[in-house]
This record gives sequence, structure tokens and C-alpha cells, in this order.
Amino acid sequence: MEAGYNFAYLDEATKRMIRRAILKAVAIPGHQIPFGAREMPLPYGWGTGGIQVTASIIGPADTLKVIDQGADDTTNAISIRRFFARVADVATTERTEDASIIQTRHRIPEAPLREDQILVYQVPMPEPLFRLEPRIAETKRMHALADYGLMHTKLYEDIARLGRIGTAYNYPVMVNERYLMSPSPIPAFDNPKMDRMPALQLFGAGREKRIYAVPPYTPVRSLDFEDHPFRAIRAPHACTLCNSTASYLDEVVTDDQGGRVYVCSDTDFCRTEQERAA
Amino acid sequence: MNALLEAQGLSLRFGRVRALDDVAIAIWPGEVLAVVGESGSGKSTLLRVLSGQQRPEAGIIRFDGTDIHEAGEAALRRLSRTDWGFVHQNPRDGLRMAISAGGNIGERLMSNGARHYGDIRAQAKDWLARVEIDPARIDELPRNFSGGMQQRLQIARTLVTRPRLVFMDEPTGGLDVSVQAKLLDMLRALARDLSLAIIIVTHDIAAARLLAHRIVVMRHGQVVEEGLTDRVLDDPQHPYTQLLVSSVLAA
Ligand SMILES: Nc1ncnc2c1ncn2[C@@H]1O[C@H](COP(=O)(O)OP(=O)(O)OP(=O)(O)O)[C@@H](O)[C@H]1O
Ligand SMILES: [Mg+2]
Ligand SMILES: [Zn+2]
Repeated sequence: MEAGYNFAYLDEATKRMIRRAILKAVAIPGHQIPFGAREMPLPYGWGTGGIQVTASIIGPADTLKVIDQGADDTTNAISIRRFFARVADVATTERTEDASIIQTRHRIPEAPLREDQILVYQVPMPEPLFRLEPRIAETKRMHALADYGLMHTKLYEDIARLGRIGTAYNYPVMVNERYLMSPSPIPAFDNPKMDRMPALQLFGAGREKRIYAVPPYTPVRSLDFEDHPFRAIRAPHACTLCNSTASYLDEVVTDDQGGRVYVCSDTDFCRTEQERAA
Repeated sequence: MNALLEAQGLSLRFGRVRALDDVAIAIWPGEVLAVVGESGSGKSTLLRVLSGQQRPEAGIIRFDGTDIHEAGEAALRRLSRTDWGFVHQNPRDGLRMAISAGGNIGERLMSNGARHYGDIRAQAKDWLARVEIDPARIDELPRNFSGGMQQRLQIARTLVTRPRLVFMDEPTGGLDVSVQAKLLDMLRALARDLSLAIIIVTHDIAAARLLAHRIVVMRHGQVVEEGLTDRVLDDPQHPYTQLLVSSVLAA
């Protein structure tokens, strides 16, 4: 471990403060808890909420995986992994099944997570109602009273205009049938994975200074209408590399003639599938 | 029969202005009650206080026999979106301008748990027709509508959940005279068909005569006279009411 830093970079008082917020968040699933966010010396454009949560829960025995849009090998994912290897001396991995903590932005791994794993999301905007109701005090009141008619009105408008619910990312969910929650901008495809997940899910928003959580095995339901049920959508193709027809795909443009292929967004899943087939 | 809403001893000051000064008022199921009085007499304040949007400094308000502030804010809000409705003078204050006509009507249904898109839409169309807006315009934004249509949309949005009591603050205030008359006729028919109780604030004595069973006259935050509409307008007792009625006759 590099000298001159406290373990995992943050000082102990800050980590205790963040852990208290995490405990409150776990006690009230889906409810946003304010915390005193700190600066982190990390790439601009990623946001630090999730990293502060990771720094507060990580221990020397942990194995950390970091994914950005499903990939372990992006610049951001690599630099965050290196950062924790340096300031906490923890092992890192690209294998979902080997990780005890998975720090993510924009995806949930395809491999089912277990009770002994924690998934930490980086969240840019924690408030699911913010586009609909700009007054913060009013959104707080809506949460306090579970008054979510406005969110359904937005979904109604989608169907009226598009014939279907047009929200492909950040699709709003009800946690434990009580709090409306933003799942951070994961694809709606990933929403069903949140439901009764055995792993603890923690969400950190640095700029907005909020932490929230979904404890293991908590019901998470995507909002919908009886006659327009929620559907997890993926591109109707097989992965060009591993042939999976079940994973979430990224579209990759291959030339300037409009050629394109579809590949798994989860790089670890794709490699595992390819190894299995080989 | 018991009063639907009943208030006693309501007082509220803004600095040195006594906006409400020991006001008592009651309304019965299915009754239309007009509140008249000059500008600044406390009419809008009374409506806000009765509908729980503002707390009085003194006094009590009972709905169905229960103190509306007793059970807390959650219960009061539930009341606001079920048994009560509020129609604002400016439709922009009562509508969501960025949401379609159908969404505006559907919001209250969805706030009360409606989760069937087709049903919500059918009810929205039904209500558009009832307030004489072409149901084919269900997906249009309110900003495409005239002032009178916006006001009718606001009324549809409020009535869709069948409230028992509706508060209206000068609902025809911003409209042309001919449009006002049409809206008043519509309100009268809706009040009768749905057995609504309505507390309507108005400057317009003729509107009060057309709609209201009873009239309350306010001045300087006090109720100076109240009674059956014809009695108050044809045989006003208080000098201020006499002035109010005669100034209308003269005009
Ligand atoms: N929020 C407030 N702050 C300060 N004074 C207020 C406030 N609201 C009302 N008032 C004062 O209380 C008195 C009653 O106002 P209110 O708006 O209830 O009158 P009104 O009868 O509705 O008048 P109008 O016919 O012009 O709408 C007025 O003197 C007004 O200036
Ligand atoms: Mg007024
Ligand atoms: Zn693949």
C-alpha cells in the first residue's frame, strides 16, 4: 500500500460517516440518505459517489472488480481498479464470480450475483422525479407520502405518444413496494436483475450527496400498467463473439459503409462464454 | 343532516392585516356556496385555509366531522386528491402545461392507484366530452387550448375522481363574458349531476345568483352577512351588502 494515505484513501471519520449513511439506507430500502460527500482524486466525468461508498466498505481481504458500461477494460475502469490497488492494497479481478465488491457504472453483470458480493453503483442523479418536479421540497413530500401518480403520468404520456413506454435507461422502480427509486442509468434490460438479488446493492451519488440501497432479496418492481406490462428489451441478435442470445448487446460500427456488429456489453460474460464454447 | 365541511373561529393575520377574523362557515353535501366581497376581503385566504393549504392561527375545520389537521399531512393530502378538488382562477396553476390533456385528467386517477392504461384513457375521453372538448384532442398539450378550454380541462381533471367538495377561486375570472356564461352553465349542470358541494369565490354577483344556493359576504376578513341567495341579493341586511348589490344593479 502506498504510504501517505489512510487505508482506501478516505480518513476514518469520513468512512464512519458514510457507513452510517449506508446503514440507514439499508434500513429503509430505496430511500435516499444525505451524506457529507468528499472530493476524490479521480477522473472527471465518472463521479465520485460510488467510489466513496466503495472506499468506505472495502477491507484488505476484498477482491474488487470495476466495470464501466459492462466493460472491465475502459480507461476509467482501469484507473479506478489501480487506485484501490494502490490505496487499499486489495486484489482486483475482471471475473464477476471472483469479486467480493463490484463497482459499476451503467450495467449489472450478466452472471447472477451471490450473497457474499456487494454491487456498488455510481449514480449521477438519484432523484427519479427530478425531470417531472423541479422543486426538491415537493419531491421529498411525494416520497414521504408515497404519492407517485406523477411518475405514472410520465409513463402514460410515453404510451400516448410512442405506443409504448419509451424509457430504455434509468427505468423507474418501486423498492419493497414503498419507495420510488432511480436505478441509475442502467438499461431497463437490467431492471429484473435487481429484484430479490442475493447481493447487497448500494448506490452513491457524489454531486447530489445521496446514498441509497437495496438489501439482499428485496422486491424491486419496474413501474408499468396492467395492459402495458414492463418488458426487458435487448437487441434481437446474437453476440458476434460468443453467440449469446440472452446477454445485453452493444452495437459496434465496423466500417464507414454502415456495417455493424453486436457484441456483449459485459466483457467478462462474453469471454467466459467464448471459453466455454472453445 | 350534518355539515360536510364546517369551520369555526378561523383567524389569520398577515402582519397587521386581519385576513380572517373569527370566521365561521359551513357547507352541506350537494350545496353550492358563493363567497363574495371586495378585493382584499379575505376570500382567497379563506379558501386556502378551508382546503388545508394554509393553517389558520386559530380555529378549527372539520370535514365529515373530523379535524382536517388532526390526522397529519399524509391524511390531508389524501383528502385533497380524493374527496376534495381545487380549481384555480388561472388554469396554469391547476394544469400541468407540459403534459397532454389526457395525462392531465389521468394524473388524479393514477395518484389514486389506477394502473390500467386503457381504462384511464377511456375515462379521460369521457371527461373531455363532458366538458365539451373534442375527445380526439386527448393527446394535445393544454397550451394549444383557448382559455375557456383550459379552464374546462382543469375542471375535468379535478372532477374525474368524483370529489364530494370542490373549492373554486374565481374560476371564470380571466375569461371573456360569453365564455364565462358558458362555463357557469356547465358548472351548474355538473354540480347538479354529480351532487357536488362547491365553495366558489367570485366577484360576480350574477354568477353567484346563477350558481349558489347560499351566499356568504366577506369584508375585512369577517363574514358580515350570509343567507339563501335570493334573500341576500333581494333583501340585503348589512349596509355593505346593500352597497355591493346596488353597485351591481347600477352597473
Ligand atoms: N401571503 C400573504 N402575505 C401577506 N399578505 C397577504 C397574503 N395573502 C393575503 N394577504 C392579505 O390578506 C388580505 C386578504 O387577501 P385575499 O387574497 O384573501 O383577498 P381576496 O378577497 O381573495 O381578494 P381578491 O378579490 O383581490 O382576490 C389582503 O389584505 C391581502 O393583501
Ligand atoms: Mg382572491
Ligand atoms: Zn458475447
